Amino acid sequence: MTKLGDMAKVLRSKNSGPFELTLDVLFDSREMYEHVKNSGSVTREAVSKAYGMTEERIHHFVFFDQALGFKVTMSRDISSGSAGDRDVYGAQQHAPLMQLEIHCPREV
Amino acid sequence: MSTDIRILSPCGMLGYGFPEKSFMNGMSQEPHGIVVDAGSTDGGPHKLGAGVSIVSKRAVKKDLGIMIPAGLSSGIPIIIGSAGGSGARTHVNWTLEIIDELLEEMNLQASITVIWADFSQQDIRQAREEGRIVSLSPNIPPLTEEAIAATNSIVAQMGHEPIVEALRGGADIIVCGRAYDPSPFAAIGIYHGKDPGLSYHLGKILECGALCAEPGTTKDSILGTIGDGYFTVQSLNPDRTCSETSVAAHTFYEKEHPYILHGPGFTLDLELCRFEESSPGVVRVSGSRYLPAETYRIKLEGARQTAYRTFVVAGIRDPILLGKLEAVQELVRSQAKDYYRDIPESDYEIRFYNYGMNGVLGSQEPEAFRGHEVGVMFEVVARTQELASSICATVRSTFLHYGYEGRKSTAGNLAFPFAPSDIEFGPVYAFSVYHLMESRPDVFTIEQR
Repeated sequence: MTKLGDMAKVLRSKNSGPFELTLDVLFDSREMYEHVKNSGSVTREAVSKAYGMTEERIHHFVFFDQALGFKVTMSRDISSGSAGDRDVYGAQQHAPLMQLEIHCPREV
Repeated sequence: MSTDIRILSPCGMLGYGFPEKSFMNGMSQEPHGIVVDAGSTDGGPHKLGAGVSIVSKRAVKKDLGIMIPAGLSSGIPIIIGSAGGSGARTHVNWTLEIIDELLEEMNLQASITVIWADFSQQDIRQAREEGRIVSLSPNIPPLTEEAIAATNSIVAQMGHEPIVEALRGGADIIVCGRAYDPSPFAAIGIYHGKDPGLSYHLGKILECGALCAEPGTTKDSILGTIGDGYFTVQSLNPDRTCSETSVAAHTFYEKEHPYILHGPGFTLDLELCRFEESSPGVVRVSGSRYLPAETYRIKLEGARQTAYRTFVVAGIRDPILLGKLEAVQELVRSQAKDYYRDIPESDYEIRFYNYGMNGVLGSQEPEAFRGHEVGVMFEVVARTQELASSICATVRSTFLHYGYEGRKSTAGNLAFPFAPSDIEFGPVYAFSVYHLMESRPDVFTIEQR
């Protein structure tokens, strides 16, 4: 098992409008991208578990082959900059995703 | 006509600054327009609600002081999108004052066209009654009459149409109120008869400045060129370069979907795009598809004041207190609430943010605390500033002296970096309107000054 944060070239979070948060994971080789995509470890279930939330909060979960990356967009529980928000730009919400364990058949 | 159309984007946000050399490299390629985005909702609802800008007047003047004389002397239009940050009337007027000041100081003449993006409460109320307003995502509540009445400043994101109209009018400088970020860029291509899909996709890339290059930044210039059936992007600074993956990956940035983008009156489908390096550092993109929407809708944005805040920042180093910090904070909260039992609980909220423990992720933090020091920020958000400050002072004094079980440091629990410790923040805002409205492209008022 390897952590997603060690395999990705870019792993970031950002607002997508004030009511959604979007996570981008990008790779610098097609091989690594395909490996992660086909590992079976990156699922709506795994991501919602990493964030301690229900799967319904994930609005989009899409791989984009041309860009060697995938995107997960989820609802915010508090909109950007409202009382109680902890991250106005949503730029530091990616750490739980870095810890996601990716199944590596070659290491088994 | 198969003339290539070149668009120069000086930086990702007006007032962020850019190397003058990069910009001049772009000017030497004889662009057909200089376009800069000035807006964003990223910084939260405060700017729209309070009518202020996120960048300083000094910085905007510095950037425009390079762009305006260059554009005027080359006879090409300068377009500013979402002027002043949020693109409401106050923000547009703030930008116009800066432009007027510059023109006078530089002894320059320019024709200026303004495109307003403000909507009155009555406009929105009527649209709501006619069933023309829908929520943007499942977690946004339907727009209510109460929310409309409480929201003083409502804008909508314009498409390319009114900007193309302003270009036809021959303006030297076009100042747009709130615009869909790529629209002012797309307007140049569409005005020159280029494909709208390519024009908007290029606009989506250019509006962030050189963020699509490597290393990426919003504080540098970038050049886009639209041909027939493709567009190209290239860095204007030899220290950065565009690659197939850097440009393809940028498509992801701050959007909800990697290849389906929704704009005013259309959907942009980038699923079948091809990204190829056509010459070193020049990335050629094709296959961007513009799909007109069946119903023309524009995105509304509005912010309302919800409360007032007073907050305190302090450090905690005592290992015994750190071992039970969240439990102690709940006891402090109860004691303060009990003291103010004459005030309805719905009039205020007390929150603790424990930086070093779970300040950023809150209850979503998966890591257990292992540190020896925590930065605590606590706030009281209340109906009035006076109430927020009064309750915050009680929370602070209660927390400072709270005699928790096992306490040895009986002189005080908090290290304040400042005196006074309590900071009055002022009003707090929230996005109260973030909905789609069925409309027409010509609802944005064009004014020639």
